[in-house]
Amino acid sequence: MSAPLLSIQALTKAYPGVVANDSVSFDIEQGQVHALLGENGAGKSTVVKMIYGLVKPDSGSMTWQGAPFAPTDPNAARSAGVGMVFQHFSLFDALNVAENVALGMENPPPMRDLAARIKEVSENYGLPLDPARTVGDLSAGERQRVEIIRCLLQDPKLLIMDEPTSVLTPQEVQILFKTLRQLKAEGTSILYISHKLEEIRSLCDHASILRLGKNVGECIPAQTSARNMAELMVGDTLQTPTRTANLDGEVLLNVRNLSAKSASAFGTSLKDISFSVKSGEILGLGGVAGNGQDELLAALSGELRTSPDTVQIKGNPVGHLGPKNRRGIGTLAAPEERLGHAAAPNMSLIENALLTGEVRQNLSKKGFVNWKGAQDFAQDIIKAFDVRTPGPDRAARALSGGNLQKFVIGREVLQEPDVLVVNQPTWGVDAAAAAAIRQSLLDLAAKGTALVVISQDLDELMEISDRFGALNEGRLSEIRPAAGLTIEEIGLMMGGVSAQEAAE
Amino acid sequence: MDLSAINPVLLVASLMVAATPLLLAAIGELVVEKAGVLNLGVEGMMIIGAICGFAIAVETTSPALGILAAMLGGAVLSLLFAFLTQVALANQVASGLALTLFGLGLSALLGQSYVGIKPPAMAKLNIPVLSDLPIVGPILFSHDPVLYIGLAIIAATWAVLKFTRAGLILRAVGENHEAAHALGYNVVRVRILAILFGGACAGLGGAYISLIRVPQWTEGMTAGVGWIALALVVFASWKPWRVLLGAYLFGGLTVLQLNLQAAGIPIPVEYLAMSPYLITILVLVIMSADKSGAPASLGRIFHASQ
Repeated sequence: MSAPLLSIQALTKAYPGVVANDSVSFDIEQGQVHALLGENGAGKSTVVKMIYGLVKPDSGSMTWQGAPFAPTDPNAARSAGVGMVFQHFSLFDALNVAENVALGMENPPPMRDLAARIKEVSENYGLPLDPARTVGDLSAGERQRVEIIRCLLQDPKLLIMDEPTSVLTPQEVQILFKTLRQLKAEGTSILYISHKLEEIRSLCDHASILRLGKNVGECIPAQTSARNMAELMVGDTLQTPTRTANLDGEVLLNVRNLSAKSASAFGTSLKDISFSVKSGEILGLGGVAGNGQDELLAALSGELRTSPDTVQIKGNPVGHLGPKNRRGIGTLAAPEERLGHAAAPNMSLIENALLTGEVRQNLSKKGFVNWKGAQDFAQDIIKAFDVRTPGPDRAARALSGGNLQKFVIGREVLQEPDVLVVNQPTWGVDAAAAAAIRQSLLDLAAKGTALVVISQDLDELMEISDRFGALNEGRLSEIRPAAGLTIEEIGLMMGGVSAQEAAE
Repeated sequence: MDLSAINPVLLVASLMVAATPLLLAAIGELVVEKAGVLNLGVEGMMIIGAICGFAIAVETTSPALGILAAMLGGAVLSLLFAFLTQVALANQVASGLALTLFGLGLSALLGQSYVGIKPPAMAKLNIPVLSDLPIVGPILFSHDPVLYIGLAIIAATWAVLKFTRAGLILRAVGENHEAAHALGYNVVRVRILAILFGGACAGLGGAYISLIRVPQWTEGMTAGVGWIALALVVFASWKPWRVLLGAYLFGGLTVLQLNLQAAGIPIPVEYLAMSPYLITILVLVIMSADKSGAPASLGRIFHASQ
């Protein structure tokens, strides 16, 4: 048998205070779809960055088709035949598709030829794309196509995909998988990074599992259960959230014909949204990112003000009230963007706890801050949500994404709101912590809070929602009971097609 | 009041001269900002260019050498800014302001012995027949070479940004420096080169004032043109041709209001003096309503560790 396409031997990389990779080894064969599996912070991205020449390993070696391989920059990796599709797209919003593709190529042909080749490749692989469109206007799925085509135009031998499906609708995932299988059939190897186990089981030939920077196992996904892989990943048995639904409560949050213009130029305006949430109920709202999620959260939290009657809490019109007033009547919100929106990055956890807890936790008196109370509140959050930090006086930006997420969700949950709106509550959080956050949301509902959970993680929504709706271009689909919804139905709802239209 | 004393041909010819320093400084800053760097030191680099150009032109009696020295002087000063912001990762706003204050002070020191001296004059273009044409001749074919260089820089900047790979990379760096870095482009190198270009252009603009437009040396003689250039880049929506339009509009209004003052129009001088600022900004604000926004990474510090 010939040498593997890429062989990684004992790669180690340490950053100050943390060993990101500790002797990681695995082989990728020609034409193999190889999964790299692990929690957030397990070191998957670091491995990939070393292969792509963005990061230099401290020790260890790589061989490429039997020869030593040590790319010093991405250009070297690209010319060897490595292509990479980034997790957070490495695209330029203000440039058009062809320009974006040209930037990722060593020797791009003149623009006119390039546009023609983009068309040709995109049609060959079933990824339709117009080279002249501005990337800022594309959907997440289309943006990913730009990245994939950028790689394909260079005939890569190894295509690295970092969490490619996290932003896609189920239908888009199917299109992507079809493309990947076609590539595999043509002999291209794929290194597929994900923590979505069912995807890996259906797509990948082989999986290497990382935990805390170390190889903890290899498996053949098709022959291993998702639960086994998850437990290898987490190194522990997983707790599935449990709940007892109580759907006879009074309506706490009522939204009627809510239309609002987005505050940002690239945002999506809300169009005629109506729904209501009862005490003890969880409404899950899905949809591809950028379809009005941020705006809906802003309208419910009070950042975006509307006419009074469009948002009613316990029967009182509140659409004209700002966030502070709404907190006073028990409506809290946790936005998606942790740094800069949910938390002030350079302020301490105590100060951040104070910022939203001031009203309900009585943390100020006659204009003076009750620092003792704020510190206690921050300590409570840290303890109750297992936030790993040396102390509450640390700046918010010093926390890892997952820990900060636990903090900002915990901060709202502990205030025991009557209405809580969260956007992407478990984004970037490892499986164990995500389960804990979901459980806390369920517990809150059991105590009678009305929850609106906006998320792009459909599994999460199906797990905790009582009813489900989807946002599409600022419109809300019909809202249906979550139990019994099929993935096809959800996909259609996310695509903006109603059940009747689909039947026709 | 005698409006007939205003000669339209002369007016157009002199507005082109009045606009050139602004044009040069603004196009340099446009390139810097397209690369994602906000350099508020334009005024400082201009005044350093003005004194360097003036001093060298006087010492060597060669205006051309003076012009080169001005570009070099502006670029050297901008290198200080590049070091502070790209290597030491200092705040761009504070560094730029410091650069302006430093430039104003240093130029006053350098220029002490040059006050009241007349610099060697730069020859004007004189093409037989063409320069003698009525109307067209004085407007198009009788200026100094630097004015034409300014126009050429505008056209070249536009073409490079729009059509070349170097321009594409520059825009990419200004748009999303993390993505550009991930694709293997050297963000810091691109930015330093852009800053140097901006410094050279600002220096050239400054020397145009001290060697051609005025021509003499007085302390603080750039008189805020650098600040107007900064505003012009923003209101021109980072588009080279709009910079040209804005600069000519501003230059035209400046010259016109001077002419109106001379003609004794019954409007207080103060209103006339402020009119170029007001009208230029007004026109450009209306034009920039199309929301073609700023480079997305403008003013953000890039550190390659992520």
